[in-house]
Amino acid sequence: MLKDMMPHFDLYQPDTVDAAVTLVKQLGGDGWVVAGGQDSFDWLKNRVKRTPAVVDISGIAELRGVTDNNGGVTIGALTTLAEIEAHPLIRERFGLLATAAGRVASPQIRNVGTLGGNLLQDTRCWYYRGGMDCYRAGGNMCYADTPQGQNREHAVFGASRCVAVTPSDTANALVALEASFVLRGASGERIVPAADFFVGPAVDIRRMNALREGELLVAVNIPATWAGAEFYFEKVADRAAWDFALVSIAMALRTEGGTIRDARVVCGAVACTPLRLTAVEQALSGGARDAATADRVAPLASRGAQPLGFNGFKIPLMENLVRRAVRGGQA
Amino acid sequence: MAESIDAQAEARRLSRREFIKRVIASGAVASSASFVMGGMAGCAPRTRAALAGAAERLISIDVNGELRRVDVLPQETLAMTLRYKLGLTGTKLSCDRAECGACTVMIDGVTHYSCSTLTHMVRNRKVVTIEGLRGADGALHPVQQAFVDELAPQCGFCTPGQVVAAVALLQRNPNPTREEARQAMAGNLCRCGAYDSYLNAIMRATGNTGEIHHG
Ligand SMILES: Cc1cc2nc3c(=O)[nH]c(=O)nc-3n(C[C@H](O)[C@H](O)[C@H](O)COP(=O)(O)OP(=O)(O)OC[C@H]3O[C@@H](n4cnc5c(N)ncnc54)[C@H](O)[C@@H]3O)c2cc1C
Ligand code: SF4
Ligand code: FES
Ligand code: FES
Repeated sequence: MLKDMMPHFDLYQPDTVDAAVTLVKQLGGDGWVVAGGQDSFDWLKNRVKRTPAVVDISGIAELRGVTDNNGGVTIGALTTLAEIEAHPLIRERFGLLATAAGRVASPQIRNVGTLGGNLLQDTRCWYYRGGMDCYRAGGNMCYADTPQGQNREHAVFGASRCVAVTPSDTANALVALEASFVLRGASGERIVPAADFFVGPAVDIRRMNALREGELLVAVNIPATWAGAEFYFEKVADRAAWDFALVSIAMALRTEGGTIRDARVVCGAVACTPLRLTAVEQALSGGARDAATADRVAPLASRGAQPLGFNGFKIPLMENLVRRAVRGGQA
Repeated sequence: MAESIDAQAEARRLSRREFIKRVIASGAVASSASFVMGGMAGCAPRTRAALAGAAERLISIDVNGELRRVDVLPQETLAMTLRYKLGLTGTKLSCDRAECGACTVMIDGVTHYSCSTLTHMVRNRKVVTIEGLRGADGALHPVQQAFVDELAPQCGFCTPGQVVAAVALLQRNPNPTREEARQAMAGNLCRCGAYDSYLNAIMRATGNTGEIHHG
C-alpha cells in the first residue's frame, strides 16, 4: 500500500453552507466534498479516484448538532457518529440510531466520521475499491458476479448487473425510523424520504443515492412517528470492531396490550440499498412479540433472495436476525 | 576550534534520529521539510483561478501547547506534518488507512487517526501527541508509567497510539471498568497481541488493581 502523499488537490474550506454550495457549483464536477474524510481519503490515497479540488465542509458550524423537531429530531449532516451515539435526545427517542452509530468502525472513526459521510459513503466491493473497471466504475462487467468471483459480502437481493451492498450502518436505522434528508443545491432545497434516497443499480449503477451533482446533504429529519418505540439493532460482522456488516437488522416496533400494532424491519448488507422487509412487517402486525411469532415470520425475510456463489449463508442469517429481533435478543 | 570539536563530539553522541529531530526543531523547518516533501510524487502544485475559501499554505497549528508555524500542502495529512515537518516522530504511521491506530493523536481532547486527518482541518484546534503527555518536569505521564510498570508493550510500535487512546479515555472517564476500557481501545491494533497487558496497564493507572489479570 502506498504511504506517501495523496496526489495534489486544491483545498477549499468554506464556513457557510451558502459559500460551500456556491463553490461546489463553480467547481462543477471537479469539487469533491469532504466532511470527516474517513471514506474519501482512502479513494484518493489509493489513486482509485482522483479529484482536482476538495471542498472541506468540516468547518461549517451550522451543519452540526441535534435539535428537537416537534417530538422528532433534526440532525445536522456534520454531526459525528460519536456525538449521535452519546446524544441524550437521540438515545431517549431513537435509541435505534444511537446503537447503529455506535457499531460503526472504531472509536477514532466515530469521533470524526459524520452522519452525512456515513450515509453517502461508497460501496465496499473490493473489486471496485481496488480500481477494477467494473460496471459501477463505467466498465462492462461485474467481477464479483462470476463463478470464481469473491462475493461472500455481496447482495442476495436487487442485483442488476452490480451486486454490491450498502455499507452504511446508520442508513438502515434511518429507513426504519422513516427519516427524510434535506438536500441543498444552488437552485434551492429539497427533501427526500430515506426510502427513496438510497438507489440500487437498476436506477443508477454509478451512484448509491439520489444526491445530485452540486447538492449538499444539510440535515436528517427523524419524525416523531417512532419516538420511544421498542427497538432492536444487531450487526453481524467477522470482527467486532472496524468491520462492515455481513448482515444487519434494524427494527422499530409499537405494541399495544401485548399485540404488535406496527413494525418497521430493515436489513443491511443484503442489497445495494437498505432493504425493508415488508412481508415480515405485515406478518408481525397483530401478533404477540414472542417466539412463536418470531418463527412464523422469519422465513418471510429471505423470500425472493438470490444468493451468489459464496453468500448463501446470508439467507439463514437474515432469518435468524429477524427471529432474534422479534424475540428481543434471546437466541 | 575547541568549540567545534565539542560540537562534533556532541553530534556523535546523539543518535542519528535525535540529531535529525533537533535540526528540524531548530528552525530549519521549511527548507528541510520541503526537501522531503518536494521529492514525493504527485505533489507539484497546479494553479487554478483563485476561488473564495481557498486554504492558505502557511498556517499555525497548536501542537502540545505550542503554536507551530508550518508550510502545509493542501493534501497533507497531520501524521505527515507531525513526523516530517515538526519532528514529532513518536506518532507512528503504519497502515495510513484508518485501520490500525498507530497514528492516534488527540484533537481537542478526542482521539483521531492523524493519517486520516488533513493538517488544514486542525487549524484553531489543539493537537496533543505522545510527546505532549509528559509532565513539565519531564516525568512520564501516569499512564505511560503504568505501561512501563506492567511491561505492557512487546515490540512497542503500536504503543504511542495505545497510550494516547488510554489517556483520552481516562480524561473522559477516570474510572473505567476493564470492559469499558476494552471498548474504548478497540480502535488500536497491536500486531504483537499485547491487548491484555495494555488493559492491565490501564487498570493499574486508574488504581483498579482488582481488574488486573496476569496470565
Ligand atoms: C477502516 C474503516 C472501517 C469502517 N467501518 C465502517 C462500519 O463498520 N460501518 C459503517 O457504516 N461505515 C464504516 N466505515 C466507513 C466510515 O464510517 C464512514 O465512511 C464515515 O462515517 C464517513 O463519514 P465521513 O464524514 O468521514 O465521510 P467523508 O469521507 O467525508 O464523505 C464520504 C462521502 O460522502 C460525501 N459527503 C459527506 N458529507 C456530505 C454532505 N454533507 N453533503 C454532500 N456530500 C457529502 C463525500 O463527498 C464522500 O463522497 C469504515 C471506514 C473505514 C476507513
Ligand atoms: S459488484 Fe458492483 S461494484 Fe463490485 S465488481 Fe460488480 S459491478 Fe463492480
Ligand atoms: S496509520 Fe493511521 S490508523 Fe493506521
Ligand atoms: S506491541 Fe508490537 S504491535 Fe503492539
